[in-house]
Amino acid sequence: MEAYINGIGIISPQKTFGTSDFLSEVVEHNSKYLACIEPSYKEFLNPTLARRMARIIKMSIAASTICFKDARVEMPDAIMTGTALGCLEDTEKFLWAIIHNDEQFLTPTSFIQSTHNTVSAQIALQLKCMNYNFTYVHKGFSFESAVLDALMTLAEGEAKNILIGGHDEMTDKYYRVCDRIGYWKAEENVPTMELVNSKTNGSIAGEGAAFFILSKDKSETSYAKLRGIKTIYKPENNQEIEMKITELLASNGLTANDIDVVVYGNNGDVRFDKTYNHLQNNLLKNSTSTYFKHLCGEYQTAGSFAMWIAAKIIKTQTIPSAILIGENKSKQIKNALIYNTFLDIDHSVYLLSQY
Amino acid sequence: MNDKIYITGLGVISAIGTNVAESLLSLENLKSGIGTLENVRSRHQDNVPVGEVKFTNEQLTAMAGLTPDKQSTRTGLLGLLAAQEAVKSSGITNIKEFKTGIISATSVGGMGMTENLWLDYLDPEKSGDWLKHIEAHECGDSTEFIADVLGVKDFLSTISTACSSSANSIMLGARLIKHGILDRVIVGGTDSMARFTINGFMTLMILDKEQCKPFDANRQGLNLGEGAGFIVIESEKAAAGKEILAELSGYGNSNDAYHQTASSPDGAGAYLAMEKAFKVSGLKPSDIDYINAHGTGTAINDMSEGTAIDRLFNKNVPCISSTKAYTGHTLGACAAIEAVFSILAIQNNEIFPNLNFKTQMEELSFKPTTTLEKNKKIDHVLSNSFGFGGNTSALIFSRHKTI
Repeated sequence: MEAYINGIGIISPQKTFGTSDFLSEVVEHNSKYLACIEPSYKEFLNPTLARRMARIIKMSIAASTICFKDARVEMPDAIMTGTALGCLEDTEKFLWAIIHNDEQFLTPTSFIQSTHNTVSAQIALQLKCMNYNFTYVHKGFSFESAVLDALMTLAEGEAKNILIGGHDEMTDKYYRVCDRIGYWKAEENVPTMELVNSKTNGSIAGEGAAFFILSKDKSETSYAKLRGIKTIYKPENNQEIEMKITELLASNGLTANDIDVVVYGNNGDVRFDKTYNHLQNNLLKNSTSTYFKHLCGEYQTAGSFAMWIAAKIIKTQTIPSAILIGENKSKQIKNALIYNTFLDIDHSVYLLSQY
Repeated sequence: MNDKIYITGLGVISAIGTNVAESLLSLENLKSGIGTLENVRSRHQDNVPVGEVKFTNEQLTAMAGLTPDKQSTRTGLLGLLAAQEAVKSSGITNIKEFKTGIISATSVGGMGMTENLWLDYLDPEKSGDWLKHIEAHECGDSTEFIADVLGVKDFLSTISTACSSSANSIMLGARLIKHGILDRVIVGGTDSMARFTINGFMTLMILDKEQCKPFDANRQGLNLGEGAGFIVIESEKAAAGKEILAELSGYGNSNDAYHQTASSPDGAGAYLAMEKAFKVSGLKPSDIDYINAHGTGTAINDMSEGTAIDRLFNKNVPCISSTKAYTGHTLGACAAIEAVFSILAIQNNEIFPNLNFKTQMEELSFKPTTTLEKNKKIDHVLSNSFGFGGNTSALIFSRHKTI
């Protein structure tokens, strides 16, 4: 099972759209959480429609539009998105109205847009795309499920171009609630480049909307080849993780020594460093190590941001210094792995290669 | 690729029963579970009839054999009970014997808990261990809860495509087996009653103030329900030597791409989903003995679905019924609950009637089956599920034939 990544559209807390620059400049956010840098939506949506839409829907439609253009694809043969929290802003809005108006005088708009499948549905609606349409909502496996589904669908033979996406938004209220259970750092305004060195509990919250066209055939817009993905639920020990990684590599005729770069999900929370540290010092010790969550923040579908990074590294054959851990050991970058976990419960590993 | 998808276990809980046997009895005795809302505090308690599971969370916890400290959402508990029954009926004793996964589906996940605690979560004056429950808001939480109790570890996923969600979890499970990624998968869905959904559907003005009347010319809307359904599907290798209850022979997924909440009048998405399911199964419409319709009882769904069925079956529609008037519309769980009912129809050679039907819709060529039809040979059942966001899915269940 494999696919070419033929197009990308990504809206994130960094400058990731409307530029070919690859993280040469890092945007520092002096705020509680890393919020996306949003485009002007005029070029993506008619203003009447845009006014009624929540931020995450607008960001996702814009990111998917950029992605279609990038891939030179107009109509996907399938749409699969991953989102752990769905349309949080609308969910909170409707919930707030129920509580404060004692279940009276409610209007349907925020309820309608609160369902988790709103984004994939809206993309289908805008395109009049009647093809296969799925929304995955499994915490740290949401985007990963969409990736696996796309790989299976391409292998099944009929689809040529598939749109996949990962999207989650942060809100002030959700930030506060998760802060109360220790998700985020107590220290304020940890500098971006210092996050992973903080040695304290908690991460920094983030959000994003990243879309990809996965295709059967390579094209002049191709970035890289996606060769497989594995999810690992509550791994019992590092051996289990190494075994799963080795399995994924072996099924593609590779060993750990073939991996030039690894993109790790280090999020600055000292409690979750152990897996990443172990891999960096053992199975994947010969590969160049990079990380990304200081740039996009922690969220359940952050794997989609990592997939953008890995695809960009392979396409441009460069590793921006802002993501490097230690030294750059790679001359040519043929194979890249992404290793990520959300809360040390949902682990995932992706394999990408030069085509 | 593995070809056949064998169904070896069933589990269900809804307003008409806490297990398969109780549900079958209610279906055969035309016993609806629609009644007054009791377990959720709501100002609409008296004017919104619902299909509710009449047990408290504490009772459900005990029924699942868990100690009271093992807390979960109602969504998680309902799902666990159905999944436990499915695993047990499949005769699985060692969950690790084969590569086993679980795919669940839900529309609102842990909302039933979130809506009660939301203000407390945000109140800095209040704190305690219960703050952790915010994590149960995520749809994947109930799936992980069920997986942990059952010991399933090889693959987990959760799908939310509104009211078609659990048809898609069954479909994904089948494809994972066909690709050889898993040997067996516990697939289904779960949803619990919440003020959030009750009020949401009220604003859309599609709730019937009485029992819903699917496919009736004078239908007034749907009744909400809660519950869960799970089935165990297996590859030929994993199912070897076991009793095969039925096969999943076809599945199709499509998008209506017409409106965020309303189905297209001609049911274009529904038609496509059914057409795809036929293509996968290699069957023709004339092979279908019974259609378990989505049939929610709303003006738009029944019109849209009925029109698509009329077109696909060229107006030669086989026996058809919606079982929503028994269970209510259980949203993310309905396709899995109705998958269990469809398989029961095959196993027992009977068709469960469409309750509350009086007057035929003049736009449609057919009227639903209104009495319990026994001793009908039922080899193939088509089951439809459609949701907000244009998500349309169709499944075909077939009798297992031993050669």
